[in-house]
Amino acid sequence: MKILVCISNVPDTTTKIRFTDDDTRFDTASVQWIINPWDELALTRALELKEGSGGSIEKVTVVNVGPKESEPTIRKALAIGADDAVRIDAEPLDAHVVAGELAGHIRNNPYDIVLCGIDSSDYNGSLVGGMLAELLDLPSVSSVSKLNIENDEITINREIDGGSEILSTETPFVAIVQKGIALEPRIPSMRGIMMARKKPLNVVEAAGAEPLTEFVRFELPPPKAACKMVDEENIRELVALLHNEAKVL
Amino acid sequence: MTSAIIFPIFVSFINLYTMNFEFSEEHKMIRQAARDYAQRELLKDVLERDAKAEIPWDHIKNLTELGFFGMMVSPEWGGGGMDTISYVLAMEELSKVDSATAVILSVHNSLVCWGVEKYGTPEQKEKFLRPMGSGEKIGAFLLSEPEAGSDATHQRTVAEDKGDYYLLNGTKNWISNANSGQIYIVIAQTHPEKGHHGINAFIVDKDTPGITLAPHEDKMGMRSSDTHSVMFSEAKVPRENRIGEDGFGFKFAMKALEGGRIGIAAQALGIAAGAMERAVQYSKERKAFGKYLSHHQAIAFKLADMGLKVENARNLILKSAWHKDNGLSYGTLSAMAKLYAADMAMEVTTEAVQILGGYGYVKEYHVERLMREAKLTQIYEGTSEIQKIIISREMLRD
Ligand SMILES: Cc1cc2nc3c(=O)[nH]c(=O)nc-3n(C[C@H](O)[C@H](O)[C@H](O)COP(=O)(O)OP(=O)(O)OC[C@H]3O[C@@H](n4cnc5c(N)ncnc54)[C@H](O)[C@@H]3O)c2cc1C
Repeated sequence: MKILVCISNVPDTTTKIRFTDDDTRFDTASVQWIINPWDELALTRALELKEGSGGSIEKVTVVNVGPKESEPTIRKALAIGADDAVRIDAEPLDAHVVAGELAGHIRNNPYDIVLCGIDSSDYNGSLVGGMLAELLDLPSVSSVSKLNIENDEITINREIDGGSEILSTETPFVAIVQKGIALEPRIPSMRGIMMARKKPLNVVEAAGAEPLTEFVRFELPPPKAACKMVDEENIRELVALLHNEAKVL
Repeated sequence: MTSAIIFPIFVSFINLYTMNFEFSEEHKMIRQAARDYAQRELLKDVLERDAKAEIPWDHIKNLTELGFFGMMVSPEWGGGGMDTISYVLAMEELSKVDSATAVILSVHNSLVCWGVEKYGTPEQKEKFLRPMGSGEKIGAFLLSEPEAGSDATHQRTVAEDKGDYYLLNGTKNWISNANSGQIYIVIAQTHPEKGHHGINAFIVDKDTPGITLAPHEDKMGMRSSDTHSVMFSEAKVPRENRIGEDGFGFKFAMKALEGGRIGIAAQALGIAAGAMERAVQYSKERKAFGKYLSHHQAIAFKLADMGLKVENARNLILKSAWHKDNGLSYGTLSAMAKLYAADMAMEVTTEAVQILGGYGYVKEYHVERLMREAKLTQIYEGTSEIQKIIISREMLRD
């Protein structure tokens, strides 16, 4: 069995967001890039499944649609433990480009399980996974919070309003994953980091998927009022904050 | 015409004097891995471990699995094969949260593993470095004695030459990793008449009969790093466990400490940077006299001073690490790095407590602990005064 994890290269969640070109483009200057957090969890789960599979999952591959600049992020996925990587050499201009390029690659290189994050933390479109499944004419499950494989039986938990649905499916399929799929993203080991450059990172030519979106203008949301999180056990701090800062006690 | 002549000269100058302040992709990944581990895992129980002075066994295990223990040991001996820059980045990030765990790593990596790899025989490496390279066994470095601290030349621990073996008698003091560690490097006097030229260094298994530990020291800071006195009573150490020629021990210890200081300097840097990050955050949340602390210039200027000192220390430490990695001499630089970083960590953490006011003085807010931890970096692996002796001696040398 082979698993493919689609990863997108996104700005670190602490990035200060700025726009250029009359607010029609995101300013990428001095941005720290990371693996989209859901994708990193998906990768972590894929590796856990492979390690627990007793060899029946042979390989975990990561794929990214992006320019050469996204290679450090791809190598981070290799450092975390993916066996190999594919970069489809195209600007990820919108979800259609990404899904179209991924579909083109997967049609020629089939995988048993394709994992996508529920959305990417930059544009939050929540489009790629569903679109990809449609383009490939594969079954897909959305909002996946658990994925288990036991004796080739696949069970999936899907989050629904007020509860969760347990499904089973056959391969191949696309799972669109969210919170719960893995507890925490795996930290790469020193060995993994040193090995990353030695693993295959195959660059493939773009199939030429066209964008369907035009960005007219970006706008920043109004700044949020300050919110402080207090640990649930830390009543003393809460009381102190209410007393000294909010001055309501 | 002239520009045609000048241009090629200009190009060759650029090649000659290339300087590069950029980290490699691997460096950034290592720093991030250490940061993630520290912020996600060490932070969870650091206050509790500080209160209870408990050895962080789980963290040692996890950091071993991640490959931090033995990270600079060559892969030939089961290590990570990383450079000193990587090690500095890891030490800084771990120490931002928990320098007690970081010092266990530092003694293991920069004193013990380095010493055996650099000066050990192939047999010693097979037997002792391999398990340390993988982190399966942890190292400790036994130099200080009750009456030989800064002046390490007057070793009272005796290693009597008995032919096939040496017989060790005496007491070592303040030994980090005495309990968590398994492989000791012990410095002892074999030929008292030769002064420090008679000193030897030995690799000793902790389970050797005749070795006992005094109770854990109840310390001001770095409380979950285990520090004990270690007593040797007729402990037999095979001759083949001696490091280098007869009488090489003192020089060996000084060489190991040259590199060790880079680790401790990076630890001090992390402590300071951790306290500074907390002070910056706090100053943006706390209001006094109707405005945020950060909008009071007196506080903002304190933050500016902290930022400057932290950056200065970082540069000096990375420079000494770079010298070490490139085979250049680094003894004076690492003494400067440790002196500057330790003193600056004391200043920065003290100011961080000041910025947090009363909150800074209670445990929940971490900065008082960081201040207690900073103090030790001015003391061990050579006090700040001793670093000044090392630096000035080099400057005054004819
Ligand atoms: C928690 C902890 C962990 C430690 N871990 C280890 C370890 O793992 N292995 C190990 O071998 N040692 C370890 N040490 C020992 C440490 O390196 C010594 O404490 C240190 O070298 C100072 O020695 P001392 O305590 O005997 O102080 P002393 O040497 O007695 O110094 C006392 C004071 O006098 C000053 N002083 C001394 N000589 C001079 C001089 N010539 N000029 C000016 N000032 C001078 C010192 O700077 C200091 O301020 C550790 C110590 C501590 C506290």
